[in-house]
Amino acid sequence: MTDTTMAAEPIKLTRKDFASDQEPRWCPGCGDYSILAQTQKVMPDFGVPKENIVFVSGIGCSGRFPYYMNTYGFHSIHGRAPTLATGLKIARPDLMVWVVTGDGDALSIGGNHILHAMRKNVDIRVVMFNNRIYGLTKGQASPTSEFGQKTKSTPVGSVDYPVHPLMIALAAEASFVARTVDTQVDHIQKVMERAGFHRGSAFVEVLQNCLIFNDGAHRAFTDREVREDRMLVLEHGKPMLFGKNRDMGLRLNGLRPEVVRIGEDGITEADILVHDEASEDPTIHNMLARIYWPEFPVPIGVIRNVPRPTLDELIEGQIRDAVGRRGKGDIQQLLGGGDTWTVE
Amino acid sequence: MTTTKGHEVPVRELDRVTIRFAGDSGDGMQLTGTQFTRTAAVFGNDISTLPDYPAEIRAPAGSLPGVSGFQISFSSTDIHTPGDAPDVLVAMNPAALRTNVKDLVPGGALIVNSDAFTPPNLAKAGYAASPLADGSLKAYSVFAIPISTLNARALEGLDMTSKQVDLTKNFFALGVMFWLFERSMDPTLRWIEEKFGGRPVVAEANRRALQAGYAFGETTEIFHARYIVPAAHLAPGTYRNVTGNEATALGCVAAATLADRPLVYATYPITPASDILHQLSGYKSYGIKTFQAEDEIAAIGAALGASYGGALGLTGTSGPGMALKAEMLGLAVMVELPLVVVNVQRAGPSTGMPTKTEQSDLLQALYGRNGESPVAIVAPASPAECFDMAVEAWRIALKHMTPVVYLSDAFLANGTEPWRVPDLADLPDLRFAGPGDGATFYPYQRDGTTLARPWVVPGTPGREHRIGGLEKLDVLGTVSYDPDNHHRMSLLRAEKVARIADDIAPLEVFGPPDGELLILGWGSTYGAIRSAVERLQARGASVAHAHLRHLNPFPANTGDVLRSYRTVLVPEINLGQLRTVIRSEFLVDAVGFNLVRGKPFQISEIQMKAEQLLGDQ
Ligand code: SF4
Repeated sequence: MTDTTMAAEPIKLTRKDFASDQEPRWCPGCGDYSILAQTQKVMPDFGVPKENIVFVSGIGCSGRFPYYMNTYGFHSIHGRAPTLATGLKIARPDLMVWVVTGDGDALSIGGNHILHAMRKNVDIRVVMFNNRIYGLTKGQASPTSEFGQKTKSTPVGSVDYPVHPLMIALAAEASFVARTVDTQVDHIQKVMERAGFHRGSAFVEVLQNCLIFNDGAHRAFTDREVREDRMLVLEHGKPMLFGKNRDMGLRLNGLRPEVVRIGEDGITEADILVHDEASEDPTIHNMLARIYWPEFPVPIGVIRNVPRPTLDELIEGQIRDAVGRRGKGDIQQLLGGGDTWTVE
Repeated sequence: MTTTKGHEVPVRELDRVTIRFAGDSGDGMQLTGTQFTRTAAVFGNDISTLPDYPAEIRAPAGSLPGVSGFQISFSSTDIHTPGDAPDVLVAMNPAALRTNVKDLVPGGALIVNSDAFTPPNLAKAGYAASPLADGSLKAYSVFAIPISTLNARALEGLDMTSKQVDLTKNFFALGVMFWLFERSMDPTLRWIEEKFGGRPVVAEANRRALQAGYAFGETTEIFHARYIVPAAHLAPGTYRNVTGNEATALGCVAAATLADRPLVYATYPITPASDILHQLSGYKSYGIKTFQAEDEIAAIGAALGASYGGALGLTGTSGPGMALKAEMLGLAVMVELPLVVVNVQRAGPSTGMPTKTEQSDLLQALYGRNGESPVAIVAPASPAECFDMAVEAWRIALKHMTPVVYLSDAFLANGTEPWRVPDLADLPDLRFAGPGDGATFYPYQRDGTTLARPWVVPGTPGREHRIGGLEKLDVLGTVSYDPDNHHRMSLLRAEKVARIADDIAPLEVFGPPDGELLILGWGSTYGAIRSAVERLQARGASVAHAHLRHLNPFPANTGDVLRSYRTVLVPEINLGQLRTVIRSEFLVDAVGFNLVRGKPFQISEIQMKAEQLLGDQ
């Protein structure tokens, strides 16, 4: 957070202040409702006046998100939200900018923009709703749909291999990478809050259920009965333990991760990997972004968090340096610069 | 007028001279031309230039496609074009001679580097025998100078390889030209000092090459005269020489100052627009922000995002990039934010001829988007005018809350002419009144005159609202699928752009207000058309010239002007795009004159076409 986005006086906003007068129009039971509610809930925590907050979206079911936030909002075109957010942030470093997108929007048509917004460390928080399907266009395979998955556009099974969204974010050097789940209210809040306070390019994958076109895409590990055994809740500085009894953990066997049980074969907690989200070295982060159910528990939480100067800070810094060196430029002098001659 | 100077060579005064420097793309012809131009400009001539360089950075040395040329016309009177045909051709090798000599006026001076006329170079240029020896150049005054040898001799003793020495021979040629046209070497000597000050050997080599060329002119007996082109009578003021791209960049910088808002330039590298980025990225101490985006779409997206934030969001590109920007431009139309898109047109379709000029993106600018998607379009007519039209583009964008497409082209972008430096105080105020702070605010409530919607930027308390690409409910700006509303909004968007016609200068006519023939142009054809019309008028022909700077909407009097002449001729470097629009808009049976060769019209071509039409009547 820069000082400019902070209100001079602490302002007391509530969740209601962030709800617009528009009635959400997602399908009843869609995971998007939960994400919206939790986002509205954490917004007051940032202490940023709501006029200084902007939600930018692309096309897809997620694209409607800005209409329901009583902040400034821009519902743009398919895949391009990061470009608008980048320009906005360059022009207005004082604003807190969020991008709401989906798996098709961010990873298919807008893949290039995600890559570059992340690597340039644009100070935006990209929240990607991953339902592994095209919902708004009624059920075609998306870049995260499973291989072999039958959808409207792949009636005998998809022949495309899916991408791992967080690996893309890491490869693009996002300075904050996290995953959460639409059904885990507390966890979304925690992750959104962390993302909100992060300065730089944040990429948050929210595993979201599209109950119309891809119902249960994440159920195998998110269902209440199994989730403790099948998801790994990451916490900075804590061992990567999971399971109802917190007796399972992740360790490295050579270069490969493996799931082990405390107490079996002499395994103790000391053998378990300890999560270090701030590690510059991305090796373990890459591993966490890659492992998935059913071979492994699905990691959720903040995987990587390595602050570095943001694009807008760097641009402003170059301007400050130039002004420091040469003084503030005079436009009239600039116009009359170079080789000139005078006609009387 | 003939006087005698120094060593017995008469000095002749000329009104106007056109020189073309041609050589291999590694021979530094662009630099040579630019140095001559600066010198002529600082002296006070009116000038106009045309660089002509290959798209390949280094085509094979000595080959025909590798030839790079730079033409400059300098004059003691007002000129509009870089000249149809050079009076002097400097050819640094056989390939340059072969590709350029056909343009040289009969009797013109041909200065060649005879050292380069070796059998392999002759073969590469497709000469069976040396044209210097076979009498095929009889029509010209040929000055064969062993430039490489003489230059190498002048640089003897410097710690340089022979290859490095050879790289300076263009300055020897430049020195010869400075002598021949009685020009001071000072501006170029100053430039050498600035450019190579840190590399004394290189600086010394260039100095020696230049001075040796000059001294050669003085001592040799091959030249029988020197020429002087007196200073032109330009309007009083401070002048500098600018390319169209430079003037475009400066115009946008000035507009930001006049609007009291920051300028954000977001772009992706593309010929021939990249120089605008190079220039603006050097203006950090002026607070200018530049962003090299990952692609053309991101570039216009970032520009629109910047505008949304209250800055002047500018993007620049050329035809292929324009095609990619279409969808985002449509979004800008829908959200009704100010945005300027510079399209430095080049020969298309597809990659086409990236370094060559064309005017073939007019219909793309007008119609190249889905839906009913009107944008304002402006086009500068000359390199210096790029400044004024950039300011004008921003005036329209900011006042009328609309994207504006600014159609420059490769000829304007790289061509130069003197530009009278304006006083910012004389330029229009671009700080348009905001929406005020009345109690009611609706994102799509329109100004009664312009129909512009309010530009309320994030950070404004109490006015949080959402915009986007979905159709808006009139006034309220919420999403609407109502059929009648969509119809009304489509009409409103069209009407908003149409009303700009009430806010722009009428179409001016040069020549009789009615008569036989009107030549209607737009963009960079201005100079050739104006010169042709001047010649025709001097002979008593009933011919007028009108030049459109606003292509959408047209000035309000356009129809009246067109209907005042028996024939309307529309010369364009495309296959008839403006003509198509004129015919459909005004039901005027305009005649086209269309050549798409990647180069500007010659004055004589337009003159001949006009004469043909006048004769037909
Ligand atoms: S289609 Fe799927 S993702 Fe879209 S609103 Fe309906 S349930 Fe949600």
